[in-house]
This record gives sequence, structure tokens and C-alpha cells, in this order.
Amino acid sequence: MTSYSLTLNGQRRTVQADGNTFLLYVLRNELGINSPKYGCGTERCGACRVLVDGEIAYACTRTLNDSSGTNIVTVEGLSKEGQLHPLQRNFLDLNAGQCGYCLSGILISAYKLLETNPCPQRSEITEALKDNLCRCGAHNRIIEAIKATAGEADE
Amino acid sequence: MSKDLPDALRRNPLLSTWLQFDNEKVLVQTGKVELGQGISTAIAMIAAEELDVSLNQIDIKTGRTDSGPNEFLTAGSMSIEGSGSAVRQACADARSYLLNQAAGLFDVSSKELSICDGIISNPAGNEQISYWQLLDGSQLDFEANGEAKAKAPSQYKLVGHSTTRIDLLGKLTGETAFIQDLKFENALYARIVRPPGMAFSLSSLDASDVEAMPGVCKVVVDGNFIGVIADNEFTAVEARKKLHQLAEWRTKPEDRLPSDIPRFLKENVDDSLLVEDGTPVETSIPPLLEAAGGIRCSAAYFKPYHLHGSIGPSAAIAEFRDNRLTIYSHSQGPHVVRAAISQALDMDLDQITVIHAENAGCYGHNGADDAAMDAAMLARQYPGHPIFLQWQREDEHLWEPFSPAMLVELDASVIDGSIRTWNADIYSQTHMGRPIPFGSVTNLVAAWQKSESMPRAEARPGIAFHGGIHRNADPYYQIPAKRIVKNLVRDQKVRTSSTRSLGAFANVFAIETFMNELAHASGQDDVQFRLNHLRDHRGRAVIMSTAARLKDYQVEEREGWQYGRGIAFARYKNSKCYTAVGVVLGVNQETLEISLRHTVISADAGQVIDKDGLTNQLEGGFIQAASWTLKEAVQLGEFASISENWDSYPILTFPEVPTVETIILDQPEEPNLGAGEATQGPTPAAISNAIFDATGIRIREIPFLPDLLRSLALKD
Repeated sequence: MTSYSLTLNGQRRTVQADGNTFLLYVLRNELGINSPKYGCGTERCGACRVLVDGEIAYACTRTLNDSSGTNIVTVEGLSKEGQLHPLQRNFLDLNAGQCGYCLSGILISAYKLLETNPCPQRSEITEALKDNLCRCGAHNRIIEAIKATAGEADE
Repeated sequence: MSKDLPDALRRNPLLSTWLQFDNEKVLVQTGKVELGQGISTAIAMIAAEELDVSLNQIDIKTGRTDSGPNEFLTAGSMSIEGSGSAVRQACADARSYLLNQAAGLFDVSSKELSICDGIISNPAGNEQISYWQLLDGSQLDFEANGEAKAKAPSQYKLVGHSTTRIDLLGKLTGETAFIQDLKFENALYARIVRPPGMAFSLSSLDASDVEAMPGVCKVVVDGNFIGVIADNEFTAVEARKKLHQLAEWRTKPEDRLPSDIPRFLKENVDDSLLVEDGTPVETSIPPLLEAAGGIRCSAAYFKPYHLHGSIGPSAAIAEFRDNRLTIYSHSQGPHVVRAAISQALDMDLDQITVIHAENAGCYGHNGADDAAMDAAMLARQYPGHPIFLQWQREDEHLWEPFSPAMLVELDASVIDGSIRTWNADIYSQTHMGRPIPFGSVTNLVAAWQKSESMPRAEARPGIAFHGGIHRNADPYYQIPAKRIVKNLVRDQKVRTSSTRSLGAFANVFAIETFMNELAHASGQDDVQFRLNHLRDHRGRAVIMSTAARLKDYQVEEREGWQYGRGIAFARYKNSKCYTAVGVVLGVNQETLEISLRHTVISADAGQVIDKDGLTNQLEGGFIQAASWTLKEAVQLGEFASISENWDSYPILTFPEVPTVETIILDQPEEPNLGAGEATQGPTPAAISNAIFDATGIRIREIPFLPDLLRSLALKD
């Protein structure tokens, strides 16, 4: 067991674990984070997506070793001072989801998209979400919630 | 007691089973469970409406075996009709009782009083008292009498409108929302090690290296059941991987799986039953119906094995302590799985508590019940700790019960533009593979696997109205002579069970594609042909609604693509929601790739509770069924499925999803009609009909892959 430090949603955290452990298990079981989900373990569904140093990463395959010293953002870090992030608010208002298991990974993809492209077209949104699977068929609501968020930023 | 109580309330008549009044809130307990379909929101709306409290004064607790009503399974689009009507009547009785108490207190007629947010006011005397003050900590520990009249729909303020899902906020912020998020002191982590398929049994395993791994608490080997418990999740995953490498499995030649599935289904029929008005009957099977003259058409339609394909693999948490088992499970039937586990582990029912907790959507009988049993097996071997088990992705893909492959053969004659005879022969394995709560047979994998194994339950032909194979097998059209036969293949080398809409997906695919073929063969417009055979004005209304909108839709055409439109209709179980699906799509002239562009859904689900929730279910059902239709088929290897992940079993992705518009034809004065599975059936037929419109190619085999289209094009 080694000690690893990282920044999680703006806070410096230290964790004792095997460095080969996947970040997903460290976040969920050691650091009290619920949002990234185990879906496939092979980067094929996007349910575990988080931001590592501002880039999209798969927490199910990325090791703690490779995450040491990085800046990690999860869905828990999107809302600030009790205020929902506009993406979260629009997902809520538009009922953009059914079972909701895929949503945190999708929020991370959408957050990253809007950071680089504040006014995306439908095709740009679907392209950004092409590696996020949703089985309930909430796709169009999710697309609309992202569009609505982009529209607000535009005003 | 009134005889008119809704079923679920009659079986669970104590009002306090359904409603608990504490701390200015009403806890509504329903035996139905949240599967991501939004049932908790709809039930909360019904309760708030009937009790005159606000939606945020309602808390919902679903599916526990130690409190609340027993409502068996959450399945078959019955929750609003079943639990919803029970909650409505329970609330009406509760409201009436409390109102009468207040009237007595104020010495006025209850007619003089009004209720808002659970506070009963007497405007004349300027007095008020709340439900909670009246009850003063006690509960309604008496039986519903069904005498109170529920509100007339015209009085509704909440029901029928759209609201925000009550469970969604937590899922968007990382709160504790799913079974995976439940945290316990002293929790341990487990994984299971399944063989490559059901046909395999363990020949040898030396687990000593794994037992010696730091962090491993125990390797459990019981017959063919293998699991590992560790003090951290990563170690459990690593230990599972090693056990997979170490275990040697054997299989027998007679367990070989079929390669030609339609042929396998046709040649292995055990039971054939005639279906009359949606119900199988005990009578000999008559010969094919024929009519003299006119046009005769026949065609065969096929759907392969499909996966439920939950995004979250099945999971459970179990603890064995003081000779009692507590299990958290995302089962569709907490009481049912509890009984099945008590049989399998030879424990008394009251030694086991099952508490529902959400996982990703299941869409039918997936691995939930098996995971609960797996966790129970492991917990018994390692008492005193809550053990969190999650299946790995390939466990879910390979071990969930599949949606059965189905073959539907249709034959009809049309004389003077009207259908005169209709023959249907439907071949399928069972849709009814759920756990069995009694007896000496079981449908739980670990109970088959363990050394003191229980035998598998044999598939039997279901005889319920629109049950499994014959769900929607009877066309909802005016046809003077129909001969509908369901053929059950009992074989379970490939394990099958319930998936959203059961047989309706294949049956409506066949019927509604065939309707277009009959219209085409007799030179008629396909929409008019349907209307000519349909008297039910509500069915006609959804067809006309979709057809009109579909015609108006302007598709943005691209070079190199041919475009087409198609429509399909069904009334789910011939007695539930009416749905007409219309599709606009393009087919690439070079690659024959299919691109869905736009979809119109018109639906009549009777009285609407949560309009946006209903829309969400209809849209989602379409997209899921479109994924089944365009992309999905379980691939069988020699002894087992080889569709072990999302690469070998791809599903529809965001760029492939069309825009969808949903038109709800609300009927506030009509009963609610289950709608959660209503779009599954019409979807593949609407797509098939649109492909024919675009290309002249008639596709009758799912999935509609470009290679299949190419081979059909060459044949024509």
C-alpha cells in the first residue's frame, strides 16, 4: 500500500491503496464519490467517465498510479455552493433520463463539449456522446437538455 | 367490506400498509418497484392528488418484504392500473376518514370543510387541523372499505400534467441513488466466476493461489458455483480474473447449441395451442384456413435472441447475521425472489428480508434475481459482513436470461380488398423463466449450480390472456376467420425469459409488416387498408394522427440516400395502450446503411397521470426497440453465447438516434392503460415498411443489417 495524493473536485485528497487499483474503485469506495458507475470495465459504455486534468478519462481502466497528482472532476464537483450546474438543472427540468445510470458519464461528456464548443449543433452533441451508451432511450431529452444549456450561455 | 376494492388493496387491505403519516409528510408504500420507468413519481402524484397534499409532502418507499404491500412483480405495464388504483382508493378512504374526524371535532358537516396541504379548514368557524394533528402519532390501522369515492378526473389539479421526476435529482448529483451507492460498515466486495455457459461443469480448480492473495477473504466453491469475497473491490476483480484462468470446465456433445435457429424452433415444438381471442384453448389444431379466390400471401418473420442489456450489471448486497439473511436487490419482485431463495437455501421465509434498491433499467427479467441468490450464497459462507456483489459486464451479457428468438409464419387471403382468412403459427421458447416462489424446482442459476442442486423448472405453455408467446398474436383488426397457433419449444439449452413486451415485439413486427404486404399485393394504400379493417375509433384515431403528421414531415435529403416512410399500429395486449408509430428513414444507395431520421408516435393510454413520464416511456421504448431491430442479435458459439460485451453485441448510439415527436391523445374520463411496453411492437414493422417504401426491399428478419439488405436486394 502506498500513499497517493490527488485533487478531487477542488480538494486535495490522500488515499492509501494499491497503485494498480482502478480509479473507479478508489473514487467510489475510498473517497465517498457515487457518480461514476461501473458499466463495462473496457471503456465501451462511458458510465464511469470523469475529467482528469480537464480531459475525459475512463475511471474503470485508469489506475491510481496514473492518477496520482492529477486534478479530477466528477459530477459531484459540477454543482457549486449548493447550486446545480446549468447542465444538471436542465437535465432535471427536461426529465432527461429514465433509470439514470448512464447520466453522470453523459454529464461529464456534455460538460467537456460545452467547454470547447459553447453552441454545438445536434450532430456535434451526438458525436460528443457517441461513446456514452443509454439503454432506456432517453437520448433526445439528453440532447435537448444540452442544447438548452448552450442556449442559456448564449444569451 | 366493499367488494369493489382494487385487487392489490383487497389483498393488502390495511390502510397503514400503504400510508404512514409522520412529521407533516405522508409515506406511501407501494409493492411496485422503481425500475427507471418513473413509477414512484406517478404513484406520488396519484397520492398527492387524492389526499390534497403537495407533491413534496409525499415520500415513496417501494418493494420491501418487511413492510408495505406485497404486489408480486413489477411487470407487464400494470403498475399504474394495479398499484395506482390501489393507492388512489387507499388515499380516498384515508382522506374521507380524516375529513369525518375533523367534521366531528368542529361539529359541522364534512361538506363544509376544505383541505389543502393536508390541513383541514372550516371556513365558517375559522378553525383548522392537520392530518398529523388529528392522528397525533397514530396510524390508520384499519382496513380500507372502498366506500369513499375517488375524485372525478375533472377535479384533478396535479394528475394529467407533467412534473419533474422525484428520483432524478439524486441521479444527477451523485447522491445515494443506486444499489451500488449504498454504503455499510464492515462491507466486503464479491465477484462471481461463472463458466463460459450453462452447459459447462467444473472439472478442476485449485484455488489455493487465490486464497493466498492479500485481501482475499474467501473463495467459495459449491458444485459449479464459484465466488470470491475480498476486503476491497479491486482485489475481488483480480481474484475473479485469476480464478477464471485456473478453473477448468467440461461440456458434453449433447449440449451443443443449434446453429440454424428458425429451423431449431420449427423442429423442436413440444406444445401447440390454438389461441382464441388472446387466450390459448385446449382443442385440436385445425388445418390452415383458406378462402376461394382472391389473393393469398404468406411470409415468415424472425427475431433472434436479444439481451436486456442493462448498462449497470446486476448487483446485490447480502448479509447473513444471527441466522437471518438481509438482501438488497433490484429484483422486479422482492417477495417472489425472497420465496425462491428460501426454497433454494432451505431457509424459512421469515429468516429472509429483501429490500428493493435501484440499479440501471432492467427491461424485464435480467440478472437481478440471480445476483440476489449469488450474494445470499456468498453471505451464508461468510457471516457477519454486508457483502456487495456486482457482476462483471461479461457475466451480465452471457448469463442474463435472453429474450427468446421467435419465428412467426403468417398466411392470409384478401378478397375484394378485405382480409377473409388469417393463419398464424408462432414458434418460440418460453418468456416465463422467472424465479418460482414455491416447489422443488428453481429458476435461479446458483441453485442449479450448487452441489446440492435444485432441478430447473421446465417450461410450460402459458395460458394467460395475451401471455407470453401469444401476446398480441391476435391481430386487432376485423377479420372473419382467424387460426392462431402458439408453438412452445421447451428446450432451455439457451436460457430465455421475459423481456419488455414479451411476444408482442415479434408478433406485431410480423402482423404490421404483413398488413403492408397485403395492402401492396391488393393494390391498396397501407393506412387506408388498416382503417378499413379497424372499427375501434380510438385505434383509428392514433393511426390517422401519426399518418397525417408523418406525411407532413419534411426530411432534409442527402445525396446518395433513398428515403421512405412507414407506419405500424398495435393496441398492447389488445386491451391496453393504442399506439401508432411512424418512421422516416434513409437507406444509403451504396452501403445500404439505414439512417433513422424522424419518428412520430401517437398514443392513447386512457387517462394520463404524468404526461411527460408517459411520453418518456413511449419515446424510450421506440429507441430501444429500434436498437433491437437495427443492430441486435446474440451470437451463439458451439456451447455458449459469444456476445460477451458491447463490441460483440452493439446497441444504438447517440448519432444513430432519430428525432422523435410524441402525440398523446388524452382521455381523462377513461381508465389508465398500461403504456410502458406499447411502442416495442409497432417499431420494427414501421422501420421495415419504411425500408420497403425507400427501396422496394421487404425485410422480415431482425436485425436489419446492411449485409442482409444486400442479399435480399440481389434475390429480388
